[in-house]
Amino acid sequence: MTPLSLFDIAARGMSAQLVRLNTVASNLANAGSVAGSADAAYRPLKPVFATTYAGGLATVDVERIASGTAPPERRHDPAHPLADANGDVWVAPVDVNQEIVEMTETARQYANNVEVMATAKTLILDTLRMGK
Amino acid sequence: MTTPDPLFGISGHALQLRQERLGLLASNIANAATPGFKARDLDFRAALDGARDAVRYRVPVQTSLDGNSVELSVEQAEFAENAVQYRTTLSFITGRVGTIMAALKGGE
Repeated sequence: MTPLSLFDIAARGMSAQLVRLNTVASNLANAGSVAGSADAAYRPLKPVFATTYAGGLATVDVERIASGTAPPERRHDPAHPLADANGDVWVAPVDVNQEIVEMTETARQYANNVEVMATAKTLILDTLRMGK
Repeated sequence: MTTPDPLFGISGHALQLRQERLGLLASNIANAATPGFKARDLDFRAALDGARDAVRYRVPVQTSLDGNSVELSVEQAEFAENAVQYRTTLSFITGRVGTIMAALKGGE
């Protein structure tokens, strides 16, 4: 396996955080959306992060994107066009507060990776100018 | 213990170790949200003394439920400190080059 550079580490960290941010956006966009059956209801997406080791260093990759296991909430709403025979609709089990917290944390960790990359860049440029 | 370079002393080796530590700290920061990831750091003194493997696991201030031992505040502080020390080592080398150049030119 090829050794990781500082840029690889930070870039793959940023990419993983971006996937996480995308799942948060999907979940928030579908908060409160309803479906005609429990199976058809939207399930929140959660990325599964896994560490990749190479040459003593480590970076992160998104192993897969899992669907949440929380059951959809049943709401009695006979007037709804999607209501089933019992007059129920199924609401996506998105916890908006949790998603907002996730979004804030993702933004923070993304920014940290950007900072690592910026610092590595200036240090490498300074090293190139060594002795001048 | 590695023999110090006749011109640059220990600075060259130190710079290399600073770079290695930068990579380890970057790895920790990238894995801040990976469950089960154990943060690692370089024991700089041991590494400078020539230890074969001076990488150590970080002891977290507070353990987390998912087994991740990365604490961003700690990592950020260490990363910033290491970046400054890298630059310090670099300026030692630059200063040494300046001195040698002055000596070569005989004070012209």
